[in-house]
Amino acid sequence: MTEPLTPPKRKNPLERTRAPLLPSAIRSRTAQMLTLAAAEGWFALPTCLDCGAVHYPPRDACPKCLSARIAAQAADGGGRVAAETAIRTSTDPYFRERMPWRIGTVVLDAGPSVIAHLHGDVRAGDRTRLEWKLDKSGQAVAFALPQTETANMADDPQLREMTLDPKFRRVLVTDARTALGQAMVSALSKAGAGIVFAGLAEPWKPAPAREALTRIRGVEIVPIDVTDTDSVNELAGEIGAKVDILINTAEHVRPGGLMERKGVGVAREELEAGYLGLIRLAQAFGPTMRFRGADGANSACAWVNVLSVFAQVNWPQFGAHSASQAAMLSAAQSLRAELRPGGVRVINVFTGPLETEWYQAVPPPKVAPSQVAGATIDALQRGLEDVWVGDIAQDVRSRLAANPKAIEREL
Amino acid sequence: MTSRRTKAAKTPADATASGGLAAFATALAAGAVEIVDLTQTLSPDFPTLVLPPELGQCTPFRIEEISRYDERGPAWYWNTITLSEHTGTHFDAPVHWITGRDLPNNTVDAFPAQKQIAPACVIDCAAAAAADPDFLLEPAHIETWEARHGTIPAGCWVLMRTDWSKRDAGAYANLREDGAHTPGPSPAAIRLLVEKRAILGFGTETIGTDAGQAHHLDPPYPAHTILHGAGRYGLQCLANLDRLPATGALVVAPPLKIRHGSGSPLRVLALVERKATGGAA
Repeated sequence: MTEPLTPPKRKNPLERTRAPLLPSAIRSRTAQMLTLAAAEGWFALPTCLDCGAVHYPPRDACPKCLSARIAAQAADGGGRVAAETAIRTSTDPYFRERMPWRIGTVVLDAGPSVIAHLHGDVRAGDRTRLEWKLDKSGQAVAFALPQTETANMADDPQLREMTLDPKFRRVLVTDARTALGQAMVSALSKAGAGIVFAGLAEPWKPAPAREALTRIRGVEIVPIDVTDTDSVNELAGEIGAKVDILINTAEHVRPGGLMERKGVGVAREELEAGYLGLIRLAQAFGPTMRFRGADGANSACAWVNVLSVFAQVNWPQFGAHSASQAAMLSAAQSLRAELRPGGVRVINVFTGPLETEWYQAVPPPKVAPSQVAGATIDALQRGLEDVWVGDIAQDVRSRLAANPKAIEREL
Repeated sequence: MTSRRTKAAKTPADATASGGLAAFATALAAGAVEIVDLTQTLSPDFPTLVLPPELGQCTPFRIEEISRYDERGPAWYWNTITLSEHTGTHFDAPVHWITGRDLPNNTVDAFPAQKQIAPACVIDCAAAAAADPDFLLEPAHIETWEARHGTIPAGCWVLMRTDWSKRDAGAYANLREDGAHTPGPSPAAIRLLVEKRAILGFGTETIGTDAGQAHHLDPPYPAHTILHGAGRYGLQCLANLDRLPATGALVVAPPLKIRHGSGSPLRVLALVERKATGGAA
């Protein structure tokens, strides 16, 4: 059983905030084969497309038939821990601070043996569930979990290096005026967040949700409008050093492509609330979060962007909005690289059309805001990087992988 | 540098000789003429007009640094601002409304310089607006005012004082489920001012020249419809109207010279003569 996490003590202001360190990030391109599975949270093994043999670690040629046609394919992560050890000394600065560190050899039912990080509840001889996790460097690593849920399993210190659990952490939800923002605030509170800062723009406009939000445990309503640089900077000045997780829920969804709209006014609003809003947040909150990547149990750990799946491929019915989302996706990739030195993960949550007012005329299936919130909490708890919420988002993902030109014609 | 112009510049003595401007300058310097700023500060926090979200929106005021004594410009500080023609304290030209679209010289750049300084009549509706946010200025109120202060002269601004500018932002916009609840003029009042008194324009402290619920009046938005249809002007989001006398103030209201513009944010000043006895109440 894992020692349960206790609410973090207040910081001792006489002690230096430790600088975030990262485990080694050097990987060959071939070794990147498993990064996608780790980012999306599924198990895969390098598989020969000719003879079907699975192997590990990823290789350039099939060890059985020497074919060069190898790809990561979904596989079963079940196995047994054949041996375990604890590393008690290391010259690696990251691991030196985290000694002792347990690793073991897992013999997968699928065949290969894998040297993996071990959860505290996993011992030699145990059945285990192997997962690919992203470490603080953003690289895929093998992690052996207990076969079945154990008490306080998520609180295991080694596992917490891979996950971004909101428990006891302080989270900013940038726009809580929307149904999505409210669902997010409520889900975070339920997931044990220490404080949920719920952003409300334009306080002079009535906010019917305000009262309901204040009744949720741990919620503090804060003024922030991602379209207003001053307001973003002012809030960062107040709470920037306390934001462990930032969830950008700001949205400005309007139908229409390029030609049917008159002028660029609405497109500009979409960019202000989307792309430029992300830049404002990144400049105001990013540097402090990156600095606080190893700041105790409630260190800064994650930045979540809720994006339309049509950031990936344009949906002409919402063509200009899709374009603004594509800009955000590209910016999010830059942010991912910029935050990585602090060990802060950028998660992109891709959703299909939401069950909200601006998608009124869009037929189902649509995604409930609570579904997006649930998927976000799940991504934080499992330490994912790319999340596809709902049938439409998953359909777009698979069709893009299969034939990007086909989906471009079909949307 | 020595002037090589053949005609010497006029001396202050010449100006005195040419009219009352020097006397005015003296009064200004002595504080006998006070300048009252009728302008709200441009800030992202100031409410803007709210329309149904599927319609085009009034761009709120935003400010972005170009540089601030930093690597973007080591010795200087400056900003880029964005806002609509109708954000903050602003001026409405006749072309702003469909009723004024075909009038000559209806755009903000064509607003004659000669009219950019004009006298103002201030009608105090503060008590009535405090009691009823949907208060409408009616002809009867105007006639009562005229009985005390004289008939409103042609070519002046009529400013409706409600003390609305003193409210916090939420109470200022005063939005409810059925829209904004803010005071303004009735159709009959605007008709009287435009058709019988030939005013230059109408000014308010609220977000628009019309009441918050004016879309339910006949005609809808009577101030916009009637003022601009007759080639008159609007001023809105004014402040400090409580510091103006009922009559006698001069309003200085030069909008930005925006080509074909429908209106403009502007600094509005009022010149108020302060009598030794303590000024007008």
